[in-house]
Amino acid sequence: MSLSLTGVSVDYDGVPAVVDVDLGLPAGQVLAVLGPSGSGKSTLLRAVAGLEPARGTIAWAGQDLAGTPTHKRGFALMFQDGQLFPHLTVARNVGYALRLRRAPDTERRVTELLELVGLSGYGDRLPSTLSGGERQRVALARSLAVEPRLLLLDEPLSALDAGLRERLAGELRDILVAAGTTALMVTHDHDEAYTVADRLAVMRAGRLVQSGAIDEVWAAPADPETALFLGYARVLEGTAADRVLAAAGLRAASAVAVRRSALTVDVSEGSAGPEALRGVVLSARVTPDQVRLVVDVEGVGELDAVASVNTHPAPGEPVRLTVDPSRLATIR
Amino acid sequence: MARHHHRLTHAVRRPAALLALALLPVLVLGVFFLLPVSGMVARGFWVEGDFVPGGVVEVLTRPRTGRVVWFTVWSAGTATVVSVVLGLPAAYALHRLDFPLRRLVRAGLLVPFVLPTVVVGVAFLELLGESGPLGFLGFDGTPVAIIAGLVFFNAAVVIRAVGASWESLDSRPAEAAAALGATPLQVFRTVTLPSLRPAIVSAASVVFLFCATSFGVVLTLGGTEYSSVETEIYLLTTDLLDLPAAAALSIIQLLAVVALLAVAARLRASADPSVTRVPARPRRPARADLPQLVMTGLLLLLVAAPIVTLVLGSLRVGDGWGLANYRALDSTGSQQALVVPVTEALATSLRTAVDATWISLTLGLLVALAVTRRSRSRAERSVRTVLDGFFMLPLGVSAATLGFGFLITLDRPPVDLRDSALLVPIAQALVALPLVVRTLVPVLDGIDDRQRQAAASLGAGPLRTLLTVDVPVLWKPLLAASGFAFAASLGEFGATAFLARDESATLPVVIFRLIGHPGAMNYGMALAASVVLAVTTAVVMFAVERLRVPSLGAL
Amino acid sequence: MKSSFVLLACALAATSCSVIGGGDDQESAAEAGGQVVLVTHESFALPDEVVAAFEEESGYELVIRASGDAGTLTNKLVLTADNPTGDVAFGVDNTFASRALEAGVFDGHEFDLPAGAGDFALAGDDEHALTPVDNGNVCVNVDDPWFTAEGLAPPQTFADLADPAYEGLFVLPSAVTSSVGLAFLLATIDEFGDAWPDYWADLVDNGAKLTSGWSEAYQGDFTQGGGKGDRPIVLSYDSSPAFTVDGKGGSTTSALLDTCFQQVEYAGVLAGADNPEGAEALVEFLVGPEVQSALPESMYVFPVVEGTPLPEEWATFAVQPTDPHEVDPAEVAANRDDWLSEWRDITTG
Repeated sequence: MSLSLTGVSVDYDGVPAVVDVDLGLPAGQVLAVLGPSGSGKSTLLRAVAGLEPARGTIAWAGQDLAGTPTHKRGFALMFQDGQLFPHLTVARNVGYALRLRRAPDTERRVTELLELVGLSGYGDRLPSTLSGGERQRVALARSLAVEPRLLLLDEPLSALDAGLRERLAGELRDILVAAGTTALMVTHDHDEAYTVADRLAVMRAGRLVQSGAIDEVWAAPADPETALFLGYARVLEGTAADRVLAAAGLRAASAVAVRRSALTVDVSEGSAGPEALRGVVLSARVTPDQVRLVVDVEGVGELDAVASVNTHPAPGEPVRLTVDPSRLATIR
Repeated sequence: MARHHHRLTHAVRRPAALLALALLPVLVLGVFFLLPVSGMVARGFWVEGDFVPGGVVEVLTRPRTGRVVWFTVWSAGTATVVSVVLGLPAAYALHRLDFPLRRLVRAGLLVPFVLPTVVVGVAFLELLGESGPLGFLGFDGTPVAIIAGLVFFNAAVVIRAVGASWESLDSRPAEAAAALGATPLQVFRTVTLPSLRPAIVSAASVVFLFCATSFGVVLTLGGTEYSSVETEIYLLTTDLLDLPAAAALSIIQLLAVVALLAVAARLRASADPSVTRVPARPRRPARADLPQLVMTGLLLLLVAAPIVTLVLGSLRVGDGWGLANYRALDSTGSQQALVVPVTEALATSLRTAVDATWISLTLGLLVALAVTRRSRSRAERSVRTVLDGFFMLPLGVSAATLGFGFLITLDRPPVDLRDSALLVPIAQALVALPLVVRTLVPVLDGIDDRQRQAAASLGAGPLRTLLTVDVPVLWKPLLAASGFAFAASLGEFGATAFLARDESATLPVVIFRLIGHPGAMNYGMALAASVVLAVTTAVVMFAVERLRVPSLGAL
Repeated sequence: MKSSFVLLACALAATSCSVIGGGDDQESAAEAGGQVVLVTHESFALPDEVVAAFEEESGYELVIRASGDAGTLTNKLVLTADNPTGDVAFGVDNTFASRALEAGVFDGHEFDLPAGAGDFALAGDDEHALTPVDNGNVCVNVDDPWFTAEGLAPPQTFADLADPAYEGLFVLPSAVTSSVGLAFLLATIDEFGDAWPDYWADLVDNGAKLTSGWSEAYQGDFTQGGGKGDRPIVLSYDSSPAFTVDGKGGSTTSALLDTCFQQVEYAGVLAGADNPEGAEALVEFLVGPEVQSALPESMYVFPVVEGTPLPEEWATFAVQPTDPHEVDPAEVAANRDDWLSEWRDITTG
């Protein structure tokens, strides 16, 4: 483990913001800390950066960082809104840390970095002339310039509009992988987390709820709330859970998290087994890819389901649903 | 164990850093303000070694004390209201409208703020006196003259503070209101005024503070009929040596100032920081702006009339006109009214002002930095707020109290400083300090702390962070603050007159001496020297104006 | 970069053009015989050659610390009685002297006063703590051409000032804020005794105007002052007519010699002085011929030593009263506060 947190807690004026967090991050991996706003995830990031006084141990490569001030940690922090220095040109922003270290060949390195983030030729511009996405790219390049041992990203894409965010998330992943950077990213957007990170840690109310490799966390949310936050549409319990799990051919569990696309309208002819789900369409909404339905399922209640665009069953119509087990997650 | 240690270092480090920043200013203010003032107040409580608070308490029950306090409150209150009423249209005209010489007018309106009161007093007397052009109004020696004088000095504060806020006010809410059918007056009442309220109230509180503690204006223009707390303290201290009474009034005054500062701080804090500040481009005046322009003209007249009187008086030689008074400035006056010629006094003034400026800048910068660092806990925040107010206190103490206090408290090692040449610049620096702090704090407050964190995370140490983030934003306001400090120091009279030695007299002190000696030449030279002082001040202020720093703003 | 240029200029200014950069203290402290520090009020002035003469004769360097008026000076001395700010004080006058003596500010001295000076010695100062240096009189002044033009005889006495014929013509500084004003109040107390409040009530009724200081009255309101005011009667000094010489062999103003109050200024060695010998030498020098003959032109006051020559204009126009009003300093000390507050009540109505 390169970064390891043991029993880390942070208080604001006596009010706990982060409570007893244990977390590890191997070198070269990207960890996304996912949580709703107010969950303490940004505070945790700032504690790692050395900007918040924390109890517990924050260590890098086994060495406690307690006495190390921010500027000596070798961690670069990238903010939600970039925080470029407004009076410096793009090139001087990117080269800032290099000049601090009197690194040789700053100019070439800046050019490379601007190329890496797709902003070649932007070196002489001032931050105020850039768009939001461009600014974040510059901020990223600036953070990467000194090859930090850990890159800290605080909601790096959330200030951007949806389409740009999606595109930049992919690019960010590519850039981090290309640079081989170890990174800790904080976000409230699970799609962003999936796109960028290798590992996932979920925080709620200051506590770490779950952490692990992305697919592990995804497959087994720790509890219903976590499941909902990870993007599952509904969490079913009791007999409803039993019915759905049976229909999917899975073992019984106390609860099951269901994605919107887990249930599909079965248009095939022929009879279905007794465990098959049947219900009546309550509403239908057509999207370019599929029809989104809400179905009142016998013995379960309201569930989300999808149908292919050419079928579009109308409200009131009875339907039969098939279950995709890979889009379910059992919760124990 | 390790956990505990970690927590401890952090818990200690932050207040320690705060303390380190504030240490020098606190020390200076402690030695050169708190110590002397408390020394003088203590003299009122202790008579020959015995603690006798009865004298102080008795003073508080005197009917005269009540009259003095009442006069102070109502004259300062009225002057504040008039300053705001006249200042608001001028703030609009000078900050939202674009017309020729706008900036020159703005700089000119600031000149009174730093003119020595004795000069202004004489100018007003020439104007309002029984034989003056406005003598028929019969204002001479009445509260009207006092209030006119106070407005003359303080309207600029309102214009500055409110103008700066107005300038950067987003015009879209007002446009939205107009689109919803509001008349211009309704727009002003329902949209503009509420947005300006924090600036207005905070400017008003400062003007009130300046008015309530004004000394020369009340003494010169009020004749002897009217006493404010400040003049009463002066008389009790320098003339009657009634120290218990002076102590009682000093305490009243300090308490009132602290209360006022607390109110101002609260009003400042309640201003919505999320209000978008979009500097609006000044536009050409339209017909609807006529009332505001007329009011501005009126104010300009009020400010210009005494100054014009001064200039005319300085050019009067015998029954004719000429520059003889100016040519005489390198002499010591008729019958040797002066120890040093005016030109030399000007040089002394400039040198002293240089010292006062760097002292107040250094202190002010440290204070501003200490006060604006992000606070982690409520307790830390309170400490910073108290610190912020602490450095405003010199505004609320009589120069006589401070001057005598210097003599009786700074007389023994380790602070045997009462004969030090530094005393005058330090006293002036303390007077200018609130201006400097109030200029820098809003700017530093406006810096996103995450800029500093970004720099730190990129490997910049504290000093480097300061250079990267704070200095680029700060150097203009710093220059502006030095302009204010310089001008305030040039015009400072009360403390300087008390402390300056004859051979190192400053220009205001020399002017006061010239005017205090018979002989037409001395009088003419006093006026000429005042004009020189006013011009010097105006030049400094104009230079500041060129920097376009919205200053004196969030006072 | 413009900014760095300005900063550089500031830095240069801070080092070379500042008071601290000037460093005149070091050079002056290095004189041979040591320093004598004279604490005085802001009206103190002596020609450079007189100061040089003292330094030459005595071997001491003279350091002058002047600020405030006579009242401020006295209070300063009283407050710092246990640790004085100098060796000699000059400028305590007969209205404030008792306060200083009570506080033990001065040490007695031994030398003999020159002829005539003894006449001005403070009554009750048996230890010779205070040496009289100069005297002058506060007198009502009138604008003679104004009265000639109006065809009105100028007033002569206190009673005239309250005469309706002179209504609204008199301007004087307040007794509370001005030592000149206080002197006039004392003169009226000497003249009218316990009836002085009635006189003042009449004076106020007759439109006498009160200002805060001498400057406002003389320069602002007096018809012969710098500001060309419109009141032809003003409270000033017996020496003032010497400053309004019209160039045609006369003065445009004259002093009313029946209204004068004598002010005497004293010097003394401060108790606890660092340099008592030097202090004594300086006090003796102040009543010596150089200072005495320089007094009129430097400080507008008359010498106390008999036979000191006066400037020509003074000899002609600055006429001293033969029998000015006086009030016993001890009585002043005992009653000052009561008199002033009663006076304040009368004049502020």
